[in-house]
Amino acid sequence: MQRIGDGIAVRRLLIGAAVVLAALFLLLPLVAIFAQAFARGIDVFWANVTNHYTLAAIQLTLFIAVLTIPVCLVFGVALAWLVTRFRFPGRRILQTLIDIPFAVSPVVAGLVYLLLYGRTGWLGSWLDGHDIQLMFAWPGILLVTIFVTCPFVARELIPLMQAQGSREEEAAVTLGAPGWTIFRRVTLPNIRWALLYGVILTNARAVGEFGAVSVVSGAIRGQTNTLPLHLEQLYQDYNTVGAFASASLLALIALLTLVAKAGLEWRAARREVHP
Amino acid sequence: MSSRIFAIGLGSTPKRVLPGFGLSLGISLTFVSLMLLLPMTGLFGQLAGLSLAEYWAIVTNERVVASYVVTIGAAAVAAVVNAAFGLLLAWVLVRYTFPGKRLLDALMDLPFALPTAVAGITLATLYSSNGWMGQLLEPLGLQVAYTWVGIALAMSFTSIPFVVRTVQPVLEDMPNEMDEAALTLGASDFTGFRRVILPHLWPALVTGTGLAFVRSLGEFGAIIFIAGNMPYETEITALMIFVRLQEYDYAGASAIASVVLFVSLALLLAINVWQGRFIKRLHGGHG
Amino acid sequence: MRLPSLRRTLIAAALGLGLAAPAMAAEREILNSSYDIARELFAAINPEFRNHWQAEHGEQIGIQQSHGGSSAQARAILQGLRADVVTYNQVTDVQVLADAGLVAEDWQEKLPNNASPYYSTTAFLVRKDNPKGIESWDDLVREDVRMVFPNPKTSGNGRYTYLAAWGFAQQQFDGDEEQIHDFMRTFLRNVAVFDTGGRGATTSFIERGLGDVLISFESEVNNIRQEYGTDDYEVIVPPVSILAEFPVAVVEPNAERNGNLDLAQAYLEYLYSEEAQRQLAGFNYRVHHETVVEEFADQFPETELLLVEDIAGSWEEAMETHFGSGGLLDQLQRRR
Repeated sequence: MQRIGDGIAVRRLLIGAAVVLAALFLLLPLVAIFAQAFARGIDVFWANVTNHYTLAAIQLTLFIAVLTIPVCLVFGVALAWLVTRFRFPGRRILQTLIDIPFAVSPVVAGLVYLLLYGRTGWLGSWLDGHDIQLMFAWPGILLVTIFVTCPFVARELIPLMQAQGSREEEAAVTLGAPGWTIFRRVTLPNIRWALLYGVILTNARAVGEFGAVSVVSGAIRGQTNTLPLHLEQLYQDYNTVGAFASASLLALIALLTLVAKAGLEWRAARREVHP
Repeated sequence: MSSRIFAIGLGSTPKRVLPGFGLSLGISLTFVSLMLLLPMTGLFGQLAGLSLAEYWAIVTNERVVASYVVTIGAAAVAAVVNAAFGLLLAWVLVRYTFPGKRLLDALMDLPFALPTAVAGITLATLYSSNGWMGQLLEPLGLQVAYTWVGIALAMSFTSIPFVVRTVQPVLEDMPNEMDEAALTLGASDFTGFRRVILPHLWPALVTGTGLAFVRSLGEFGAIIFIAGNMPYETEITALMIFVRLQEYDYAGASAIASVVLFVSLALLLAINVWQGRFIKRLHGGHG
Repeated sequence: MRLPSLRRTLIAAALGLGLAAPAMAAEREILNSSYDIARELFAAINPEFRNHWQAEHGEQIGIQQSHGGSSAQARAILQGLRADVVTYNQVTDVQVLADAGLVAEDWQEKLPNNASPYYSTTAFLVRKDNPKGIESWDDLVREDVRMVFPNPKTSGNGRYTYLAAWGFAQQQFDGDEEQIHDFMRTFLRNVAVFDTGGRGATTSFIERGLGDVLISFESEVNNIRQEYGTDDYEVIVPPVSILAEFPVAVVEPNAERNGNLDLAQAYLEYLYSEEAQRQLAGFNYRVHHETVVEEFADQFPETELLLVEDIAGSWEEAMETHFGSGGLLDQLQRRR
């Protein structure tokens, strides 16, 4: 079957252009990061990665990402379903409101949380009175991470679900299928890739977020230091190798999610061949 | 996926026959109010302490205005570049198979996973006059680091995933029948792309580009290392906010942040409204 | 290269994912909120203090560290970070805490030397053999000199540099305002890039090769020289410079709440002890302990140290008239 852009010349040209540009623009920085991480040999790299504080930072970072993703997933799917399957007044406003996190500088995002839940905030002073501390502990980091990443899933789903329309689901309703079955059997297969991209972006952003987290974390070494914060401290204190070793770990985490995606793709492809 | 029903033309008004309205509305509203709107009261609480004249003086400060010009100009350039580059990448990743494709796909998310400061430091290393790229570009008369080109570069780097990852799913979901229809009608690749594929991608592309632009307006960490931060020339708005925070001037910071927030939200709202109209028109007759 | 002695380091509470569970920490712990380039300094001092405390009181204790830009650090404490002590590089950031009632009003009298156990000054780092012959502040306003120092708007380090140049100009021009302003205008125009912090400025100077001179704390330029090659760079301490204090204080409400008042006070006092002062001098900070001062006399050239109070009245005034929005710095940088 012939498709647009399948001609060999066009294909080569486009692939070539994409690969060259991506190599210069995206791969080169990655290479530079690894080059700096290994600048003083693999031993120094390893010592930095297995350092107690680095390990604690990795744990915290992954812990936050693991908690963030399900929250964003539920919210994203619910919101996308709502705004693409129903019409109601205020729909566009609601759809725009979820972009607030993109429109706010991360440091300001951290600040507004701090001003709300911090010691002098109206909610924070009440919490403080009950000896509950959200800020400068992992719950605070989790809150701002969710804030920063929550639009991704919804943003991936909405254009796709809009383009797809709802006739399939409507057909399923007329056939008498219950709601959850429709979602699982009809909607989910159609949106799974967008969902996956949403999760991948959420995860990437969750592990890499610095600005907002730096405001609410308190940066206690070994306790509330995420990997990006840890990295920043090492860099400030002239441990360049340590900083870039941490950066390379973050890059690896991002690559790992892509491996997971490749695995899912492979399974899906197999299922389509042998239904 | 080709077994799926041809999706175009299905944007007709849903008559709420579908279930889940209450549940999804409940989840969405709860989340939006608690996670997004409640914290924003903090921002407006700060603004409430300012008189209108004070607010106006802060946001129209000469140096701050100069930073708007730098920021918006560089973000616009970055967004346009990203639209073209992102579309190319998404297209190549979805439509072709070639060695190294998985790696290319993986690279797309890198800018998000790297803390922005790392991206900034690395880009400055590469593009300063003694860096790998700088050495090549400088003789050509293109100075990147410490100019607005560097700012645009950093913005473009940090926001490219928005375009690629927004266009990619829509492109993946596009049925082959569309290509076939265009080609059997005898259209060339280019015409076919422009007439059949681009309209389908348009909403996603505009959304992705819009998000990339908005993200660039607020970006701080990646830019300050490559910008040079010279007053009136390469100072970005996020730096102006940062300076106010350093001075414990939360109200001033909030005032400048609110300008960025309003501009961003207005733009995104415009895109959302346009998108709704566009899809309705595209699906014509049924709307 | 300075290797951190982290192996035999602090007891930490983060085991498994029990991040919020200091439950296993039966021993007392204090949290020290510090500035961003003091990580290795306190990694070296803390174990010594723990030994010291154990020897004297037979009690095992832990010390947690938090590092960041010092005004961001102070902001965290204002909003509820429960640090027991602060060790900053900006007097203003401790004062903010005092104004909020978190630190004693008379904190500068609570410990010797204005509660500043060590100090530094602003110095120059130049390239090998000092090709531009830079010796003092008036060399920096020459046409052929480009310099790198952090943005005074975002960095306390940068503010010291600005004030030191201002103080020099005051002396030079006998307080003639117009001449001082002209001097400062030229001075600011000779800046190659304005990084937001000391680390960024160092990178610009060392790795990007920008500028002829890097201006920063004396302690930092010495550390940088040791890190990047004693043969490639030289440290110049100008004959006139500024006193940069490194203030410390107990955050009393927090220390009291954590049951750490005695420990926090002892920790800060320990910084004045001979052992600690020797370690501080090893990190290129100037100290007060006489024996140590003599030992390290070669390392710290004599120089006239101006006080911020003499240059700008007080830190509060300096922040308002010089660095605030629309202040002198903004006016001097105005585009014409």
